[in-house]
Amino acid sequence: MTMRRLVACMLAFLAAPLIAQNAVPPAPYAYTQLADPAQEAEATALMQTLRCLKCQSQSIADSDAPMAGDMRHQVRARIEAGQSPEEIRAWLVERYGDYVSYQPEVSATTWPLFATPALLIALALLVLARRLGRKRSDSQEAGAA
Amino acid sequence: MSGSETAAPPPIRRIWVWAPLVLFAAFGALAAFMLTQPKDEFVHSQMIGKPLPEFALRAASDSRPGVSIDHFRDGTPKLLNVWASWCLPCIAEAPQLEELRASGVEIVGIAIRDRPQDVANFLSRYGNPYSRIGADDLSAVQLELGSSGVPETFVIDGNGIIRHQHIGDIRASDVPTLLEKLAEAR
Repeated sequence: MTMRRLVACMLAFLAAPLIAQNAVPPAPYAYTQLADPAQEAEATALMQTLRCLKCQSQSIADSDAPMAGDMRHQVRARIEAGQSPEEIRAWLVERYGDYVSYQPEVSATTWPLFATPALLIALALLVLARRLGRKRSDSQEAGAA
Repeated sequence: MSGSETAAPPPIRRIWVWAPLVLFAAFGALAAFMLTQPKDEFVHSQMIGKPLPEFALRAASDSRPGVSIDHFRDGTPKLLNVWASWCLPCIAEAPQLEELRASGVEIVGIAIRDRPQDVANFLSRYGNPYSRIGADDLSAVQLELGSSGVPETFVIDGNGIIRHQHIGDIRASDVPTLLEKLAEAR
């Protein structure tokens, strides 16, 4: 098993078969902007918030992976056909889950991420208010004495 | 704490002083534990239990006809293998696909971003276990399936409903699982 992995890694460095995935020309809208600048702006904004599934820390706008090109084609073709960016995002999330979208959403699993900072700030303000309040009354007592 | 007259704070207070340290240690322990857990780098399809999309793909090579949704609605469960001639792990899984075909499983292929001559070359070198091979030049059907790479293999029941997704090449140890999932889909 390890041997096979090693051989696969070495073959990957040669990468001849990987070039072959670019033997087919890129999808029509992978590297071509939409004619309407307003539609293209909508498409670009959406593409920057969609995850490339091959290279998971890049958006499909950033990635040159062929699959990212195919996803850009889907986004632009669907925008051109009149779909809204959020419809297209929902279409992808339905297939790949929340992970495909970089846009933070408040949901049953993510609400603590939004609630915790608010709670901590409230707690800090409370502690601060009590400390400051006590200090003031202390200094008043000291002045009275 | 600020008043010099109060020499010792009440005992309740003294316990709470340790709370942040305990909390910090708990976070540290959680982080250390999570570091030891293997990371799941796969993006799993959310389409399990849902029907295949409406699609029709032309033949990827002369050796086998193309594929459409209708071929999955004939009542028999099938494997849908998403692959490509440029994909190295697809070579590794070829013997396992052949084994599945030999045990009576119909395997339908979808070739991603592939040229007919490359597909033909791959099939002549590594075998052709497919009944049909469709050409998905824009990864359109792949995206509809919620598949994020090659190779991936889906178990489709006789009504065209997606029942199971296998991500990555099929190893010898995966064959029984796939046969089991096919039996469940019957």
